[in-house]
Amino acid sequence: MEFFFQYLVAGITYGTIYAIVAIGFNIIYNATGIINFAQGEFVMLGGMTAVTLNGFLPLPLAIVLAVVVTTIVGAVIEILFIRWLYKPSVLRMVIITIGVSILIREIALHIWGENVRALPYFTGSSVSSINLGGVYISSQVLWVIGVGALAVAALTAFFNLTMLGRQMRACAANRDAARLCGIDAGNMVTLSFMISAAIGAIGGAVVCPITYVQYDSGTPLAIKGFTVAILGGLGNSTAAVGAGMILGILESFSIWVLPTAYKEAISIAILLGILFVKPSGIFGSAEAARLKEF
Amino acid sequence: MARRYFAIAAFVGLIVAIQLATLATGTGYYLTQLTMTAYYSLVIVGLCMLIGYAGQISLGHAGFFAIGGYVAGFLTTFDLKSHQGAIVSLLSNSGALVSRHDVYGGSLLTVHPWLACAAAILLTVVVAYFVGGPILKLKGHYLAMATLGIGIIVYRIVLGTEFLGAADGISEVPGFPLPGGLLITGDSSSRVSNYYLAWGVVLLGMVLLLNLIHSRIGRALGAVHGAEDAAEAMGIPTARYKLHTFVLSAVFAALAGVLLTHYNGGIGPSEAGVMKSVRYVAIVAIGGMANLWGALSMSLVLNYLSLRGYFGTYDDAVFGVILILIMLFAPDGLLRRHLFSDLKRIVSRDPAGEEAP
Repeated sequence: MEFFFQYLVAGITYGTIYAIVAIGFNIIYNATGIINFAQGEFVMLGGMTAVTLNGFLPLPLAIVLAVVVTTIVGAVIEILFIRWLYKPSVLRMVIITIGVSILIREIALHIWGENVRALPYFTGSSVSSINLGGVYISSQVLWVIGVGALAVAALTAFFNLTMLGRQMRACAANRDAARLCGIDAGNMVTLSFMISAAIGAIGGAVVCPITYVQYDSGTPLAIKGFTVAILGGLGNSTAAVGAGMILGILESFSIWVLPTAYKEAISIAILLGILFVKPSGIFGSAEAARLKEF
Repeated sequence: MARRYFAIAAFVGLIVAIQLATLATGTGYYLTQLTMTAYYSLVIVGLCMLIGYAGQISLGHAGFFAIGGYVAGFLTTFDLKSHQGAIVSLLSNSGALVSRHDVYGGSLLTVHPWLACAAAILLTVVVAYFVGGPILKLKGHYLAMATLGIGIIVYRIVLGTEFLGAADGISEVPGFPLPGGLLITGDSSSRVSNYYLAWGVVLLGMVLLLNLIHSRIGRALGAVHGAEDAAEAMGIPTARYKLHTFVLSAVFAALAGVLLTHYNGGIGPSEAGVMKSVRYVAIVAIGGMANLWGALSMSLVLNYLSLRGYFGTYDDAVFGVILILIMLFAPDGLLRRHLFSDLKRIVSRDPAGEEAP
């Protein structure tokens, strides 16, 4: 029974990260209708930059700076590759963002090499843990879940309570109408890339002590994040949290039935299953999905 | 009609000219990479048919390549001597098995390469039909992600499966015997014949695809690409044509995998990697999405340069940059449209250049 909870906690931890990546997907998708296949690279960049900066800066400062750097990268990507395209087709955007993800990964390879890196635990150490009724939970797991929850709450507040957030949602709903209201739609898209880069980087930094980070750790995360985004219904961030938990827990328990080597294939099989059966996602409505552009 | 055969003749001329040039300059070792280029080109032209003519992207073709290569590699290296049984003796009596010696002189009883090739193609057809049905109902992001997913599943399976050699892959795959005493093998003594064999296979594939494009089916595919709903309304079974093109391109990839595995004498999991799939798409994109000759010539140049290691550690990055630049500036490919008018339109943002979603 303890094992059950241990696996459950592991599943929730990974689920939180998947949800954070999925929310990054959703923010950009909602503002532009683009799936940014380079989303996982933001997570990798956040982790990598934080580790490097932590070499000569205190941990909190390193993380904040890493988030700032990744946010700038997000803005640069949008300005260089997305902003000036006139009504690009979906296929074209898919290929461009895949190209961008390859580019970021290769640049990371040339900067940081193939070494696996990690941040120190925010509090305590890798061996210390908190005992909750027989289940041992590492303090970092609480950090991941806490920061994840905080990020989701902050984003929800941003999109519902602030003027800027409302303007972004207006652009997502109808760009032309928003433009008529005097909203600068172009800047909103840049902002959406910056926000999703920032949230990706936060996720990357906070999970880095547990999962480690490497130049190529972005792609698997992007695939899982996409799975979760689809599972929850593309564009719906609250559902993404639920879907993230489902995928994280399923994956965690899959080790009982299948060899660990196939763990990666599980989430993809789930993704394919969902795509085949209900592309609108388990929480999404087929009615709304039909109106979306793919 | 005449133009089609003129292009084929010109290509044959190029292939012969390249070989004669290496002969004259004493650089015969280039033929090794050029032969491998030929097999990769087989994947490219098949994928070009799918992307350019049926309008469906696949980011998982390295998976089909790997299915072909791994089935052929496994069946021709797996020793059946210790697995005697009804099926083995039946196969043995029908001449489907060959005994040979491995590099250490031990005797092996393995499946005949032709039978292994047939099995590889058969498995590919089954897999492609099985996944193609539901996958091709998807569009845009979903289709890209689903095909990428198929590729990754194949990669994970070959990487995690012990009897497929896990991270080491399969080695010591024998040559592929052809009628007339020819053998597809990486042995340097038969370098020239293998060069011509490989490009001969590619040319056969090209003739097949070119004829297909200029047939009724090809014109129907053009209609599907142009306006799917209109094509459906005209009575073209769009779903079936898309599926058949998907299966055909998968078979091209698998055949390339089979032949290259025999040529290289082995296959590893990196052949199934995502980067390989992306690279195939990049080459089709730069060659002009719906331009078989463009894709083939770009494949000849880029695959060769990559295999010769001209890009060094920037190999993957080069293909990433190619993808981005092509998609930003010439989404219909370099060799299809006039680059300058494309650029002019992008700069002036003329809505007439707006592409169909």
